[in-house]
Amino acid sequence: METYMSIMIGVLFAIGTYLILTKRLLRIALGTSIIGHGVNLLLLTAGGLKKGAPPLLGLKEQSFTDPLPQALILTAIVINFATTALFIVLCYRAYKVSGTDDIEQLRGHGNE
Amino acid sequence: MNNLVILPIILPIIGGMLMVILREYLWFHRLLTLAVTLAIGAVSILLMEQIKIDGIQTLQLGGWAAPFGISLVADMFAILLVLVTAIVTFCCVLYAFSSIGIERERHYFYPLCLFLIAGVNGSFLTGDIFNLFVCFEVMLVASYVLISLGGEKIQLNESIKYVLINMISSFLFLVAIASLYAITGTINLAHLSVRIAEVGQGGLITTVAFLFLIVFSLKAGLFLYYWLPGSYSAPPAAISAIFAALLTKVGIYAIIRTFSLIFYHQPEVTHLFIGVLAAATMVLGAIGAVAYWDIKKIITYTVVVGVGFILAGFASFTMAGMTGALYYLIHDMIVKALLFLSAGATIHLSGTSKIREMSGFIRLHPRLGWMFFIAALSLSGIPPLSGFLGKVFITEGTFQADYFWLGAIGLFTSLMVLYAVMKIFMNVFWGYTNYTAETLKGTAKGLLLPIGILTGLTIALGLGAEGIHEYVDLAVTGLMEQNMYIEAVLGENRR
Repeated sequence: METYMSIMIGVLFAIGTYLILTKRLLRIALGTSIIGHGVNLLLLTAGGLKKGAPPLLGLKEQSFTDPLPQALILTAIVINFATTALFIVLCYRAYKVSGTDDIEQLRGHGNE
Repeated sequence: MNNLVILPIILPIIGGMLMVILREYLWFHRLLTLAVTLAIGAVSILLMEQIKIDGIQTLQLGGWAAPFGISLVADMFAILLVLVTAIVTFCCVLYAFSSIGIERERHYFYPLCLFLIAGVNGSFLTGDIFNLFVCFEVMLVASYVLISLGGEKIQLNESIKYVLINMISSFLFLVAIASLYAITGTINLAHLSVRIAEVGQGGLITTVAFLFLIVFSLKAGLFLYYWLPGSYSAPPAAISAIFAALLTKVGIYAIIRTFSLIFYHQPEVTHLFIGVLAAATMVLGAIGAVAYWDIKKIITYTVVVGVGFILAGFASFTMAGMTGALYYLIHDMIVKALLFLSAGATIHLSGTSKIREMSGFIRLHPRLGWMFFIAALSLSGIPPLSGFLGKVFITEGTFQADYFWLGAIGLFTSLMVLYAVMKIFMNVFWGYTNYTAETLKGTAKGLLLPIGILTGLTIALGLGAEGIHEYVDLAVTGLMEQNMYIEAVLGENRR
């Protein structure tokens, strides 16, 4: 299962990187979002995808799932969500102010 | 267990939230911001005394013992930086009162500053690597908003680059944490140190260490600083002073912490590489500082040189080098804020940032001129001022570690920095003035007090170095002897 997950993560990273390297701001924002998902899956896979009981006191099972990666992902998702939202708003504002969403034309501001 | 440790993190958060609720009362914002920074300063001084007497103070949040819960750790290194952060923020906010403008104040400038220092203090005090990531993000989100606050075209363009670079480095940070967790099965810094010391630092762990180094270098501006000059010169002076004084220093703190506590087993690979990066950073930063004729660009490049110099001291990984790095880190935080604020004052007065278009300010504003002169001398490490001691120790450390090339590059780039800041002084302050009191774009009223406080501090740090020597010594001992940290955090849970 971990192998399939690794391939999946690789695919997500590849797509994200491709999108970040394009010129349009919106594509870049989507690319960061996709890489973010890849990273979250990587965190989950790094802990090992074991099957077991939920890690609660009082259960009789012998094996338990590691709760830590899930706690980490929960935080990472929230942060990723917040930064992506902020980035998209920023892209929108830059588009409004400069009238273009082409990263090439956003360069330079008079004194270069 | 010491509940004081959490105060530097939650005081600014509570203050910031109060301000968001009471958004109409700007005088309340100003007073509360000053009060919170003063309170953080007082708490950190109290903690410094406790650490000196009782050793490293920890707080296990929620009462969960160390490797399982979240720990906050205040060792001398962290708390010194928290103290300097409070001082610098106090001065920058004082400067912002009369320079930032009512619109930015209304759009939550002060709460954002407080959230920023909550993140900065959190990064200094946290005891596990995932919380380091979280505090980084708290700090970065606040800085994303601060850098674009005002919405000028240049600010928006620069902030897009800044946000994108930092988002990518955050992803890499998570990848590094995931790999480290997969290898060691823990995220507590002290526990990581114990586990890696047990199994030895193999190739895999060194690779992860390099991944961390890439991430922290991006944040600190160590070699991967290409986003820095643009983003730091875009926002107004008060904001860029806070950025220059605090943000890169958090990255430096993270490098020093991880590479002295966790990945210290192969200094001939990792620390040598840090040294090479530091040398490249110093050279490239100094070239940038010499090349530009724009006051903001020059001083942002001196930030880059400072980063390289501090990490050159750390790369030597000797007692002297570390002492120097710490002295220089404290000095750098103060003097960078001072430089940015005084450069901001000249820009405020003349309305331009090109140094060829300014001249003779010292005739109209002698106090500002001489304070800039002191800042410039202090930056390049002229003896009685605060940069000198750090420079001596760092050079001594690099020589002890047989990295003669590193020390030589450090000294040479200091000369280039001296040339660059003297270029500013000669062009902006010296010579005949083409301004009269009427043609100036503004007054320096209210701007001189924070600049004066910081100037006083840089002189006091230079002359009174003996006074803080005891604390710096404790901090360096804490960094070099990992057992003190591990013992304080894990206690009897150590396995």
